[in-house]
Amino acid sequence: MWEYSDKVKEHFLNPRNVGEIENPDGVGEVGSLSCGDALKLTFKLDEAKQKIIDAKFKTFGCASAIASSSALTEMIKGLDLEEAARITNEDIADYLGSLPKEKMHCSVMGREALEAAIANYRGVALPMAEGELVCECFGVTDLEIKRAVEESNLRTVEEVTNFTKAGGGCGKCQERIQELINEVRKTGKPKIIPMSGPKRLTNIQKIKLIEDVFEREVRPTLKKDGGDVELLDVDGDFVIVSLRGSCASCAKSQTTLKEYIEKKLREQVLDTLIVEESRL
Amino acid sequence: MSGAERVIYMDNNATTMVAPEVLAAMLPYFSELYGNPSSMHNFGGQVGRAVRAAREQIAALINAEPEEIIFTSCGTESDSTAILAALQAQPGKRHIVTTRVEHPAVKNLCRGLDTLTGHKHRVTELPVESDGTLDLQRYEDSLEDETAIVSVMWANNETGVIFPIEEMAKIARNRGILFHTDAVQAVGKIPIDLSAVPVDFLSLSGHKLHAPKGIGVLYVRKRTPFVPFLIGGHQEHGRRGGTENVASIIGLGKACELATRHITKENTTVRALRDKLEKGLLEKIPNSLLNGHKTQRLPNTANVSFEYVEGEAILLHMDRFGICASSGSACTSGSLEPSHVLRAMGVPFTAAHGSIRFSLSVYNNEDEVDFVLTKMPGIIANLREMSPFWQGK
Repeated sequence: MWEYSDKVKEHFLNPRNVGEIENPDGVGEVGSLSCGDALKLTFKLDEAKQKIIDAKFKTFGCASAIASSSALTEMIKGLDLEEAARITNEDIADYLGSLPKEKMHCSVMGREALEAAIANYRGVALPMAEGELVCECFGVTDLEIKRAVEESNLRTVEEVTNFTKAGGGCGKCQERIQELINEVRKTGKPKIIPMSGPKRLTNIQKIKLIEDVFEREVRPTLKKDGGDVELLDVDGDFVIVSLRGSCASCAKSQTTLKEYIEKKLREQVLDTLIVEESRL
Repeated sequence: MSGAERVIYMDNNATTMVAPEVLAAMLPYFSELYGNPSSMHNFGGQVGRAVRAAREQIAALINAEPEEIIFTSCGTESDSTAILAALQAQPGKRHIVTTRVEHPAVKNLCRGLDTLTGHKHRVTELPVESDGTLDLQRYEDSLEDETAIVSVMWANNETGVIFPIEEMAKIARNRGILFHTDAVQAVGKIPIDLSAVPVDFLSLSGHKLHAPKGIGVLYVRKRTPFVPFLIGGHQEHGRRGGTENVASIIGLGKACELATRHITKENTTVRALRDKLEKGLLEKIPNSLLNGHKTQRLPNTANVSFEYVEGEAILLHMDRFGICASSGSACTSGSLEPSHVLRAMGVPFTAAHGSIRFSLSVYNNEDEVDFVLTKMPGIIANLREMSPFWQGK
């Protein structure tokens, strides 16, 4: 039997804020049935879109998953988005007194759902889902592992499993996890794209994210038709590109630009971006 | 987490209550009757005679000879002893046939044999059907000249599904292959007659049949090649060193005598209670399903999955009412994956994480079953209300 703190038991048996907000401002869904736990977080902002005035959750999972979700909703109510974005899994665990070490991944799931919900509101892509898939059993990427190692100062594969579940299934990826631990501990800070909203995206960050979307989705699609695209500049919300190959001479190039490229970037980087073709 | 006034114990496949008669039989061996059964004086000799009587009681339950009973510390030791003995006694044979649903005592031993022994082994883990049963033809086809031993459980601890050990042991016997069965869950719950079932080794464990923890038995059929696991003194005819765990042996003897008397009750009264519980759960709770074969099953076990909710959360809510059971969910085990048994049966994840095993005993009654049936629908509904997967169901 797990030794749960009184606060975990209390939140499990009397969970706060169960349910789903209608017309929420942000929705975050993480986990899956096959993983054994999943959390859907919804929140509502005030009129000025500054503060979280309501938050609700639905959770499939064990006592600590339910308690972590309940705690999370209590913690974020009344916070502005910037404050909420700074909540870590350790904060959730602390709020609950403590969590058994094997259950830390429940607090990580809470933080991930919160990040996903904020990203959903801001219309940005979550960087954590990108990266190399390390644990196939639980769908955990190298970025998520590195982040957990860095943030919670993890030293062993077992600790990584406790926090992220990675390596807890077939165990095939445990060597790779050890390599990632070594990497982070050697270089200090891992290179991780920070979770940030429109106000905080620097030009460099925008360029990086746009390049990523281009490499991953846009260019492969265009190349199928013999076309290509190059990012020339980013100025505020203006994304200046140059269409190449068959795209350059295509009658539908404006449609490609607006309907396809701009749409992709708005979905995945920032919903205020405007894509323009270079007139040079 | 339990603040419940009474305990409703439906987790008898995990462990059982020590029967009051068993405890009473044991107590003198902790106090006045402390002699060593090997001693020459009568003070020890009387203890030796009591151990001999217990050995006869145990042999009687499974219709074996007393000298075929070796006392061990637990079911796990019995399993290890049998499998390692078979391998050491037949150094040329390095193939083992077992199943995907074995208890970790067998599964993990077989998987770790190469490291343990320094020799390369091949292990065939037979798959099971979706109802947890085995394909006999497939079993027969898996046997090779190089097969040292077959190790197949008599009944599964999680689902209660019973394997056709008599038929399987006969097939192995005809091929000259040793046969071991982990009968920890079967002994005391269903009749076992080793004069008709040609197994060479059988493991049983005291605490699963109302004797205390820390006592097990390995049955080794006469003339079966054997190599001891614990080497030491002459105890157990040199087949297992170490001074006898006298009080527990006496307790196990008493428990086997009680089991001989209760075996009918297990298969009538306990079965009826289990059936009522199972039927009630399946009827009262939508999206619930039975894991395991409907009839080819221990009379005391019901493994039911409640879709879209998680087992640990269910158990902890049950615990508030004093109801004790188990789950095949990942979260209860400390591992992150649900039960290897349910996964081998192909139970979908929607159901595997929400599986609850109820295992009854002769000490349960109908009031308790009724109480569980009044509480479970609310518990499941409450958790489903919270589940993101339950929407619109």
